Amino acid sequence: MGITSKPVVFAVLAAVVILIGTTVTVFIPLFMPSTQPVSASIKPYTAVEQEGRDIYMREGCNNCHTQTVRPLRTEVLRYGEYSKPEEFAYDRPFLWGSRRTGPDLNRVGEKYPDSWHYKHLDSPQSMFEKSNMPPYGWLAKNRLDTQYSLKKATTLGYGYSESDVHQQITQYRATVTDENYPSKESRNNVTPPELRKELTEMDALIAYLQKLGRDVKNMEAKK
Amino acid sequence: MSETSTEKYNFTIVRGFAFSALFWLVIGLIVGLWIAFEMFDPALNLTPWLSFGRLRVVHTNGLGLGFGLAAIFATSYYILQRLTRTPLPFPRLAQLHLYFFNTIIALGALSLFAGMNTTKEYAELEWPLDIGVVVLWVMFAINVFGTLIKRQEKQMYISLWYIISMTVAIAILYIVNNLEIPVTLFKSYSVYAGANDANVEWWYAHNVVGFIFTVPILAMFYYFLPKSTGLPIFSHRLSIVSFWALNFAYLWTGAHHLMLTPLPEWIQTVAIAFSIFLIAPSWGSVVNGYYTLQGNWDQMRTNYLVKFFIAGITFYGLQTIQGPLQGLRTLNAFFHYTDWVIGHVHMGTMGWVTMVISASFYYMIPRITSTELYSVKLANTHFWLILVGQFTWTITMWIAGIQQGAMWKATNPDGSLMYNFLDTVTSLYPYYKLRFAAGVIYFIGIMIFAWNLIMTVRQQPSQAEA
Repeated sequence: MGITSKPVVFAVLAAVVILIGTTVTVFIPLFMPSTQPVSASIKPYTAVEQEGRDIYMREGCNNCHTQTVRPLRTEVLRYGEYSKPEEFAYDRPFLWGSRRTGPDLNRVGEKYPDSWHYKHLDSPQSMFEKSNMPPYGWLAKNRLDTQYSLKKATTLGYGYSESDVHQQITQYRATVTDENYPSKESRNNVTPPELRKELTEMDALIAYLQKLGRDVKNMEAKK
Repeated sequence: MSETSTEKYNFTIVRGFAFSALFWLVIGLIVGLWIAFEMFDPALNLTPWLSFGRLRVVHTNGLGLGFGLAAIFATSYYILQRLTRTPLPFPRLAQLHLYFFNTIIALGALSLFAGMNTTKEYAELEWPLDIGVVVLWVMFAINVFGTLIKRQEKQMYISLWYIISMTVAIAILYIVNNLEIPVTLFKSYSVYAGANDANVEWWYAHNVVGFIFTVPILAMFYYFLPKSTGLPIFSHRLSIVSFWALNFAYLWTGAHHLMLTPLPEWIQTVAIAFSIFLIAPSWGSVVNGYYTLQGNWDQMRTNYLVKFFIAGITFYGLQTIQGPLQGLRTLNAFFHYTDWVIGHVHMGTMGWVTMVISASFYYMIPRITSTELYSVKLANTHFWLILVGQFTWTITMWIAGIQQGAMWKATNPDGSLMYNFLDTVTSLYPYYKLRFAAGVIYFIGIMIFAWNLIMTVRQQPSQAEA
């Protein structure tokens, strides 16, 4: 065998062999419309929702929660409508996950009120005694850092101007700090007094969770 | 193997990487035990740094990159020099490679503890550390190809083919999957979105397992099995066919991790077909290993190293049957997202990978320090503890997976779901406790392994000569 005495030729040949399957199943699909369909109903994340998504990633929520409902009867019964490719057009990175230690979250948006999430994130065991989810009460004790929100939205190509980002943040703060906010009591229970007029990391995370699967309902309704 | 011929080789670097591997192995397993406990008792989520979501990533990266890569670098530097009868052309670069590697892994662990996490599995490190990983890979590749070009032995033996294909494949995989746009020094976003990002990621994740936990381990197997038994490999032709078929087929199969997701169906189907095909080259190596011992099976009793290699290749064989079957759509619909898959992964890592690395180190370390292994008896104890620990661990997780899969699917006569999600979790706690116990047994085995090697190098070389 001549090739086993030529290391450089061998390495080039190995690279070619490796790149064949890669090209067909990975590189070519990158440019095919079927892997990246878009729908006008699916909106990008707001600046606050994106900050919440970044906290979801920082805490590694994806290690226990998937975000893709498969087209199986019991799965649709448990979680709701199965996942569509259009929904993930703005997901960089994707957060489909690989293990369901906790339930799938792709349809969790608007399933529970914000108050449910404040209570549950603060202490999952207070709602479900035997749950093995870690408590995340400390997220309510961290002020949300929005310093890079504009830069993030720009990097992700959401098309927001500086005033859009500013307005989204101000508006969400106004919502959760409003006297008539329906989840005011649960929020105050977990948020320290000095942060009750501010946005916390928990506020942003909940904003993100409530967005999951929301737009796809509009998309399905239009079909 | 005369003393004079070994003098010229650079074995300091082999030793450095071997003990780095042991260090990260112990750290990674402690983290593993910690998260195994958190699975049935969340009280151990004491601080943000110790919460499951962050620790799981420290566990996978610490063992995959820390232990796995260090062991691969140690054995590759050894195998390369021996099979080419050529010392490393750039020993200072290799030394720098060792320091740089440990720095990157330590910073990697710290950054993951701190939540700097891109969330793409086995590629969670943020962009500055990604650049670090690429640099350390280039440092390695320079010595690999430098040695191969300057080699004294004309033909390259099988193990060198596997080292070459690993070097090439990991470079391609790592760079393509980690293309990201930085926002700050500690934060970036993937250049791919949605289904494409998923497709690139699982192409990477599946093949990084292939080219870290299969290819270089086969390089060790093909080198150290004949060395420790004195028997030539059964079939050279079979190893050629297996090598090229494995390298060709592996890259098509990533999407079997994305079965029934919004990824286009044809990519999933192609992945299933190639996964089934992959049984052939995988078993090519299994058969080659078994037949090498033909007529010499008494070595299972007389040669402690053979037990590790044969148990290891057996787990590889089981792994490569189980994997493709899990990829089939119907079975995948049942098993995916359950603990079954966790069991599958750990048979490969705790069985195949660790068994072969253990035996390779037992063979290599006494030879590079001109001494004898401290205790064969301890090595046997180590073997049985990790075998029992691993088997108990994986079988427990398979049963847990079957149970949870069945509970998710169970419906009442009226068609409604029989169990709420929490019931399907809490019913697994007994299995999680047993898994933790099995992990402790395994950990004790590994501590004996580490102790045995530390005591080996602490002996005076004269002792062996006496």
